Amino acid sequence: MAVFGLWVINKAGGLVYQRNFADGLAQLTSNEYLVLSGTLHGIHAITSRLSPTGSSSGAQVIEGESFKMTILLTATGTKFVLLTSLAEPTADTLLQKIYEAYADSVMKNPFHTPEMPIRSEGFDSRITALLA
Amino acid sequence: MAYVQPHPRFSVLSASSLSSAEHLSPTASSARFSLPSAPSINTTLGTPKPGSRPNVYDRSLNKTRTSEVSASAFAFLFSEVVQYTQKRVSGINDLERRLNTLGYRIGTRVFELMVWRAESASKAPKREIRFLPALMSVHTQVWRAVFGRPADAIEKSVEHEDEYMIIDNDPPIERYISVPRDMSQLSCSSFTAGIVEAVLDGLGFPARVTAHSTPTQQYPSRTTILIKLEKSVLEREELLK
Repeated sequence: MAVFGLWVINKAGGLVYQRNFADGLAQLTSNEYLVLSGTLHGIHAITSRLSPTGSSSGAQVIEGESFKMTILLTATGTKFVLLTSLAEPTADTLLQKIYEAYADSVMKNPFHTPEMPIRSEGFDSRITALLA
Repeated sequence: MAYVQPHPRFSVLSASSLSSAEHLSPTASSARFSLPSAPSINTTLGTPKPGSRPNVYDRSLNKTRTSEVSASAFAFLFSEVVQYTQKRVSGINDLERRLNTLGYRIGTRVFELMVWRAESASKAPKREIRFLPALMSVHTQVWRAVFGRPADAIEKSVEHEDEYMIIDNDPPIERYISVPRDMSQLSCSSFTAGIVEAVLDGLGFPARVTAHSTPTQQYPSRTTILIKLEKSVLEREELLK
């Protein structure tokens, strides 16, 4: 029952927001995070074409032995990725709330440039209130 | 279209479906907005069917409950306003001045609407000629007409007798705005300051109005609207005593 981290990936596969919460994941450099998110973007694109029955929105949950990765793909192509423990039942609702915070404090902020890294105090504090 | 001589006030208002309706500014009735109690991206999608509401020109200027607009839509519009302005200015002072000018254009319309509403609402409408009652009416009536609730406080400067302040603990137009650190003096409430300046001008109290962020622990977006009155106003206040 822990949330390890949150990534926001823009529609081109770039990591625009990354934050760690609970301990438990290996510490990575920012460059490694960029590579990982780019890889995930590619994997997600592949999974969205794997469906045998027509179109698919792609991978939603990727589970490992000790953690689970829940992916929310928005209509505009932005991906919210939440890294949690396996037993975390609220990952989907949390992602919806994160999306709402993003729509409010990032997209309505005149000082944010779309597709660029998110540097917004309002978003930081909303995420802190939600996850930390 | 040829310029139509403006109708006398009552004929314009009673026959709003006439072609003279364009004299009524759409800004005046759409300047009011309210915030849903729990802002959510889902609730904003549930707009009523088109056609179920009358045209903006046909609606009554007094029925404020139905003339509320979506806070989300306004937030996006205001964000674009700030971005548009920011691309065309050289510095923060210039940006604040331009936002002030934009607010001023709304303020003149808000003032007209407020006076008209006050006249139709009471049997003995009153025009404020002293500064403090006028400031009170800005604090309550203008804020209620524009933001749907009164401002939080009025203060008088201790150091300068020509300075007054209106304080808003959580200005709705700044709710989703995070000003970057390198522009920390900027206050987007300069827009509100422009509205206040126009209303005070209309009431006959010329002043310079500016906005300043004065955050506190409890209210991170607390804003002070600083009113610096012209000398002539103070002199007249002395005479009226």
